Amino acid sequence: MKRAFAAAAVLVTLAVVSLLIGASDVSWRALFAPEPDERALQVLVISRLPRLFAVMLAGTSLGVAGLIMQMIARNRFVEPTTAGTAESASLGLLTAALLAPGLPVLGKMLVATGFALAGTALFLLVLRRIPLRSALIVPVVGLILGGIIDSATTFFAYRYDLLQTVNAWTTGDFSTVLRGRYELLWVTLGLTCAAYTAADRFTVAGMGETFTTNLGLNYPRIVALGLVIVSLVTAMVVVTVGMIPFLGLIVPNLVSMVMGDNARRSIPWVAVSGAGFVLLCDIVGRVVRHPYEIPGGTIAGVIGSVLFLYLLLKRGARVG
Amino acid sequence: MIEAKNVSKRYGETLVVDGVTLRLPVGGITSIIGPNGAGKSTLLSMMSRVMPMSSGNVLVDGLDVTTTPGDTLAKRLAILRQDNHLTARLTVRELVAFGRYPHTQGRPTAQDREHVERAIEHMGLSALADRFLDEMSGGQRQRAFVAMVLCQDTDHVLLDEPLNGLDLKHAVSMMKRLRHAADTLGKSFVLVLHDLNFASCYSDHIVAMRDGKVAFQGRPEDIMRSDVLRAIYELDISVQQIDGDWIATHYR
Repeated sequence: MKRAFAAAAVLVTLAVVSLLIGASDVSWRALFAPEPDERALQVLVISRLPRLFAVMLAGTSLGVAGLIMQMIARNRFVEPTTAGTAESASLGLLTAALLAPGLPVLGKMLVATGFALAGTALFLLVLRRIPLRSALIVPVVGLILGGIIDSATTFFAYRYDLLQTVNAWTTGDFSTVLRGRYELLWVTLGLTCAAYTAADRFTVAGMGETFTTNLGLNYPRIVALGLVIVSLVTAMVVVTVGMIPFLGLIVPNLVSMVMGDNARRSIPWVAVSGAGFVLLCDIVGRVVRHPYEIPGGTIAGVIGSVLFLYLLLKRGARVG
Repeated sequence: MIEAKNVSKRYGETLVVDGVTLRLPVGGITSIIGPNGAGKSTLLSMMSRVMPMSSGNVLVDGLDVTTTPGDTLAKRLAILRQDNHLTARLTVRELVAFGRYPHTQGRPTAQDREHVERAIEHMGLSALADRFLDEMSGGQRQRAFVAMVLCQDTDHVLLDEPLNGLDLKHAVSMMKRLRHAADTLGKSFVLVLHDLNFASCYSDHIVAMRDGKVAFQGRPEDIMRSDVLRAIYELDISVQQIDGDWIATHYR
């Protein structure tokens, strides 16, 4: 309970900070004066609040997606960017942009989801074919697969002069979030809730196929449910704000070290910590070169890779 | 009752289990013994529907395991295989509580919690109930998994090499606890065992397999005989009766 209060306090503080910083001046006084500053109010409603929501929704859903991936792949070092999921979603988006440029965002998102599903399923199939898999081989396989898919994306993007667009999908950047351009992300909140409802089933699946069958559950069905949630979340995040690397890996691992792997208990923590982590990265990105910005995804990549190495050395030794 | 009818498992050209027909007695402990590659674990896995069979069928209390819904079977039969090398960070209590899943679908009642505590106590893990599995010794972890399948509260409990990785003291204690559970809870245990003498001392019935077939079966005194053991293991094994138990010596 104490922990929950502390976490909530930190998150609220970060959220308030996020609302008050930026190139344009928005202060408490301007907002709550007897005659509020029109312009500041507009900045808040059109830019700052949507940005805050987008950051938190992306962080929450990517964290939970990472946790689910780790359970269905039964490996701690797997997440959408180390399993080919994010790369497949980008390829799907590019395909949609090339073949059906007039498609609405929702349609593009669905194409990206289809590609993400196929790419992740391929990853799981490849894993099944590797007889003796050490814990560290799994993410390496995922990175290789992701690299191959990404090279196809780069090739076609280069040929059709869309490299910049692809770049926007692969780097999480919240500076372009405005009212009316991020609302799709709210769907990820529904997916996170769905994941929480199925939390016990994911924990059981994380213990293996025999264990799951013994308890009377349908293992392939749980894996399929997990794949759909992860692919949808990834596709939505890629379409709206761009991918945030390592998040789905670090947050669930840190939570697991403290809370354990019972998803019923850890999903709320992963959700809150994920939101906090991305919020922190976004704030750092906005402050270090003020009034210019470094994308939050880039900051997450820098902090994330350091933490990832730490986790590899610490946890890899145990599970490997 | 578990009944196997003409059950086979084929991997390409190799027959691992070759047309086994077997009716396991109700109640008590049945041990499956035999040399490596005799098909013991494969048979156990097929009987518990965690591995599909190539041909034949298995009935558990008259229910065909391939067609009966998984959640129905999960209330009648529990299986623990030797692939729990992955150490998820669950506490002992959380793990054991998952044994109630077939009954609760994730919504445990006070009665279910009682079941959990009883199973934990039965396996002597009360002091470790809040410990994470990955912070325990292999033997303690093994006991936690056995507590989980006991907590599932099924009539049939199938354990694949439950003594694997246990030292002498813990192996004896595990067998005593299983014997106690069989006698007091009225469950039927089916164990795959490698240690002949544990099988002899604690079982009511022994099934000996060789080359994918049931070579012999019977009470311990029927199986623990030099001529029978030679036919199973191709080894000269002398058997002596010590304090009422049939003990095989096969070290020289």
